[in-house]
Amino acid sequence: MAFNFRLLPGLPPRPQSRMPSRFRIPPILRNLVRTLGDSVRDLAPIISVIAFFQILVLGQAPNDFLTILAGLLCVAAGLTLFVAGLEMALFPLGESMANGFARKGGPTALLAFAFALGFGTTVAEPALVAVCAEAARAAAEASVIADDPAAIARYALELRYVVAFAVGIAIVIGVVRILMGWPIHWLIIGGYALVVVMTAFAPREIISIAYDSGAVTTSTITVPMVTALGVGLASSIRGRNPMLDGFGLIAFASLTPMIFVMGYGMVAN
Amino acid sequence: MDWIELAFSTLFGTLRDVLPIVLVVVVFQFLVLRRGLANPIRVLTGFVFVVLGIALFLIGLETAIFPLGRGMAEQLINQAIAGGSGWLDYGWIYLFAFAIGFSTTMAEPSLIAVAGKAGEISGGSVGVLGLRIAVALGVATGITLGVYRIIYGLPIHWFIIAGYIVVVIQTAMAPRKMVPLAYDSGGVTTSTVTVPLVAALGLGLAGAVPGRNPLIDGFGLIAFAAPFAIISVLAYAQLSILMARKGRTGGPRK
Repeated sequence: MAFNFRLLPGLPPRPQSRMPSRFRIPPILRNLVRTLGDSVRDLAPIISVIAFFQILVLGQAPNDFLTILAGLLCVAAGLTLFVAGLEMALFPLGESMANGFARKGGPTALLAFAFALGFGTTVAEPALVAVCAEAARAAAEASVIADDPAAIARYALELRYVVAFAVGIAIVIGVVRILMGWPIHWLIIGGYALVVVMTAFAPREIISIAYDSGAVTTSTITVPMVTALGVGLASSIRGRNPMLDGFGLIAFASLTPMIFVMGYGMVAN
Repeated sequence: MDWIELAFSTLFGTLRDVLPIVLVVVVFQFLVLRRGLANPIRVLTGFVFVVLGIALFLIGLETAIFPLGRGMAEQLINQAIAGGSGWLDYGWIYLFAFAIGFSTTMAEPSLIAVAGKAGEISGGSVGVLGLRIAVALGVATGITLGVYRIIYGLPIHWFIIAGYIVVVIQTAMAPRKMVPLAYDSGGVTTSTVTVPLVAALGLGLAGAVPGRNPLIDGFGLIAFAAPFAIISVLAYAQLSILMARKGRTGGPRK
């Protein structure tokens, strides 16, 4: 069967304004209402999956229906506000700063900004904090480290700093790539080849954690800022293409933590 | 009340997460670039929207979706363990893994952001919803394979390395302009919605299946999402070109 995703509903570009002008609804509000429709569509799959398994497979209706309904409303409203805020603040800000750095400030300031953005946003990332704490507890159970709270806390903290440092370096490498116009695939494939080699030498306990740490580093606020930085830089530098050169920063941010965490595991052993 | 406490702690937590970004932006914008904001009121309102939005989103997930999802993973695992160790007894777990991988990815805000940007930059030749469906199918496949790995106790690196070998081969054949975007979609797939549910599934399975070690087998389920999302997006790009060549309407040109 010929399968074309683009024929699925919701794809035709939205008409810019469907409202007759005499209604005069403020643009922010109109935008919010339109985004709310998208949010409901985005959340439909997860709500159906939960309902299907809960009712049909496990054969039980959730007991506090009202709480769940209120929660779902919060999720939809939250996603709507986030997407609206993205267009108003994160994207334009990231792009205008990229543009500013391309025009003045010089490469040193740009690279410092890249590192600060990567390190600063990762070190406090809740998903990372959770995974590091979990990993430290598991490491203590497997007697990789001493089973006392101080050792566990230190291990979790060190792991967090290693990952945050790795993400900072990743954004720096990614920005250098955009400035120089290097093709992305050599760097990424080379990086993964390094991951393969290190996997052979790293202690077994650290491998899964290293692989996961690459996936949890990029948060909801970091991703739009970093994407806007890359696309903004590629658009401001002559001879760079936003599609070809602007994307790819996130890819580095999920690669370097694997390398650094495995390196940390090898050194710590 | 629980509700109010959760609301305040989530809002506070979100503010704390936004703080490093605001600091970095303020330092570089005003001290290094020495420029004012082009549209300060709009940007500030946008930031307030982002903070409120993420906080509301998390509060909702925490009250409506996470408890149900985690409980479900636990119950399905217990059912399967009680049923025996055959392939069919685990059928519901595989289906759950696939469905949760797909549906959480569709709701992932970072992916919405990146896909939207890609649609805008490409001038509409990259279908935003199509891209997200491709990523979600990739994540669903990856998580399902990851669950298979935990149940049978196979080493994680075989799968991940095999996945990246496919990525390398596809990279050589896929349209060049889609490669960076595909690599990025591998990284953004797993975030706010996906990680808590998938991690609960992985750790729950590794704890329940006899002979599995949570440290070695429980982690790593999230890592399955990235290579398979990349494979899926590259395949989507290749497929679109193929369709365009066949003369059908739709696929991205070039």
